[in-house]
Amino acid sequence: MRNWTTKPAGLLLTAALLLATAGCEWPPQETEQIGYRGVAMERIESPETIAADAALHEVPAPQPPANTSGPKARDIYQNVQVLGDLSVGEFTRLMLAITEWVSPEQGCNYCHVGENFADDSLYTKTVSRRMLQMNLDINGNWQDHVKQTGVTCYTCHRGQNVPGEIWYEKPPREAAAGFTADSGTQNMAGMESVAYSSLPGDPFEQFLDNYRQVRVIAKTALPQKNNQGASIQATEYTYGLMMHMSESLGVNCTFCHNSRAFAQWDQSTPQRLTSWHGVTLVRDLNAEYMVPLKPVYPEKRLGPTGDAPKANCATCHRGANKPLNGQSMLPDYPNLAP
Amino acid sequence: MAQYQNIFTQVQVNMPPEPGVALPPGSWPRLGSPRLQYWFGKIGDAQVGPFYLGWLGLSSLICGFIAIEIIGLNMWASVNWDPIQFVRQLPWLALEPPSPEYGLSLPPLAEGGWWLLAGFFLTASIGLWWLRMYRRARALGMGTHVAWAFAAAIWLYLVLGFIRPVLMGSWGEAVPFGIFPHLDWTAAFSIRYGNLFYNPFHMLSIAFLYGATLLFAMHGATVLATGRYGGDREVEQIMDRGTASERMGLFWRWTMGFNANIESIHRWAWWFAVLCPLTGGIGILLTGTVVDNWYLWGVKHGIAPAYPLVFPEVPQDPGMLPGGPQ
Repeated sequence: MRNWTTKPAGLLLTAALLLATAGCEWPPQETEQIGYRGVAMERIESPETIAADAALHEVPAPQPPANTSGPKARDIYQNVQVLGDLSVGEFTRLMLAITEWVSPEQGCNYCHVGENFADDSLYTKTVSRRMLQMNLDINGNWQDHVKQTGVTCYTCHRGQNVPGEIWYEKPPREAAAGFTADSGTQNMAGMESVAYSSLPGDPFEQFLDNYRQVRVIAKTALPQKNNQGASIQATEYTYGLMMHMSESLGVNCTFCHNSRAFAQWDQSTPQRLTSWHGVTLVRDLNAEYMVPLKPVYPEKRLGPTGDAPKANCATCHRGANKPLNGQSMLPDYPNLAP
Repeated sequence: MAQYQNIFTQVQVNMPPEPGVALPPGSWPRLGSPRLQYWFGKIGDAQVGPFYLGWLGLSSLICGFIAIEIIGLNMWASVNWDPIQFVRQLPWLALEPPSPEYGLSLPPLAEGGWWLLAGFFLTASIGLWWLRMYRRARALGMGTHVAWAFAAAIWLYLVLGFIRPVLMGSWGEAVPFGIFPHLDWTAAFSIRYGNLFYNPFHMLSIAFLYGATLLFAMHGATVLATGRYGGDREVEQIMDRGTASERMGLFWRWTMGFNANIESIHRWAWWFAVLCPLTGGIGILLTGTVVDNWYLWGVKHGIAPAYPLVFPEVPQDPGMLPGGPQ
């Protein structure tokens, strides 16, 4: 026997296997059948990942209830441009909640000037007012996506000044210039935006800021005259966006699609429709709220190319297919809903 | 006595290296002095060399070297000539074909021109290597079966990188040179054209792929299992059928009622292997040119079944709503 040759070989093989799978989720995964039998419509979840993320999706204890009667906030305080109809008690309660959700360390002074709360000189106050308007808009007009669960500041902020998952325009890659081949935004390691694949790494710029067409699959069996259809390059962009959605919701393709016919709506799960409204929602939020705030921000809040922070699916979802695992905070904060 | 009964070769011949038959006039001399290598003898013939290069081999290697240099240096440039990042990111790096905007025109080097050049030299290298295989087989008085099997693979390569892009009118349809990027291309290709699994030529290709591996396993196992009767001396068994091939045939007749014979099994294997890229290439060629969505084509022709709906509601395409965005 030549153990001196087989042992190192076995060790090398084991090391190579460990290295090759280092980026993967460890088993076990739990698989639940969601479609008709035998068609591989399954929901795959990793109990380990869910357990590790559990604290992230916990809802904080609500503030003690406040007196809903009494004078209105706008009559007592100055410069109240949103939620002025709330009673002073409710208004203050909500302000306390926002402090807990967004600036637990800095307190009220993160947005307010200490001696004059009506002062608008801190940029954070301007931003938070706009974000409150956005919150009301989402809960009032986007129930196709947020249903009755709705959102609060905490859905994105989770105790942080800036939500943990935002995106900026990618700066151009550090590549040799001149006549060497330009790989653009694709073919790089470590691109979280497309779940570490080699797909084009700027799906947010393409789809969520600019309104690039998501649909790429042919709608007819045979090619149509005068209609070239989507290129493979366009397909890779869409594929990249789908990788982001999968990653930020912690779901596999068949959560929404029947993977035998990705494009067919009548074979998709109801979640695909919710998700479609989600894409429309994020596009609208970026265009209406995020991008226009750019002049308000100090330089440290802008991206490497000087753009405003923007939202994508992960901003709210944070790895859960329903943000905060579907727990609604609106019953405790009904003022944030219409 | 040592026998060929293990799945690993247990015996190896130890004798003065065989220099090979005389070469036809006009040939280059063979390179290297032959020697025996023990570890090669474990998995094959212990003799290494001599090697016949010839002008076809030399020019093929030069073209191949140029192609690999173009691909590798452009990959390296894409990480700003950082050697560590080149190694770390190598599986992700690629040389991409031109963007679809360029159609079939010649783009600048940075925008796909290098891809065209790399493709040209790689194709030249492969073509020259094919000629070399053909010529070497002829020089030895052999048939040219190996060259034609290789040609089947070249057909698939040409369909993917040249013939189909030309028919589609865009170099951008072709495959990038890169490890992960070409796999992403493959997945995107199937998705774009409505699931390649409904492409009958893709089905055939898979059947021949798995069929070829199955046949190879059956044949290899059969020969090893009859090693004690000389089953491994296949050519002698073909010329003069002995007890080994009688037993092989009997074994398969007993187990499945039919058997190939010791010559025809090689034709079976050859055709299965060759038909895999031949049918696959046809399937790729039809995709986008003749059929745009294989799933819908499958529905139209009754090969894609419908399954009962099980979800509480069937989502309707929101893009179909009045004024609905796509």
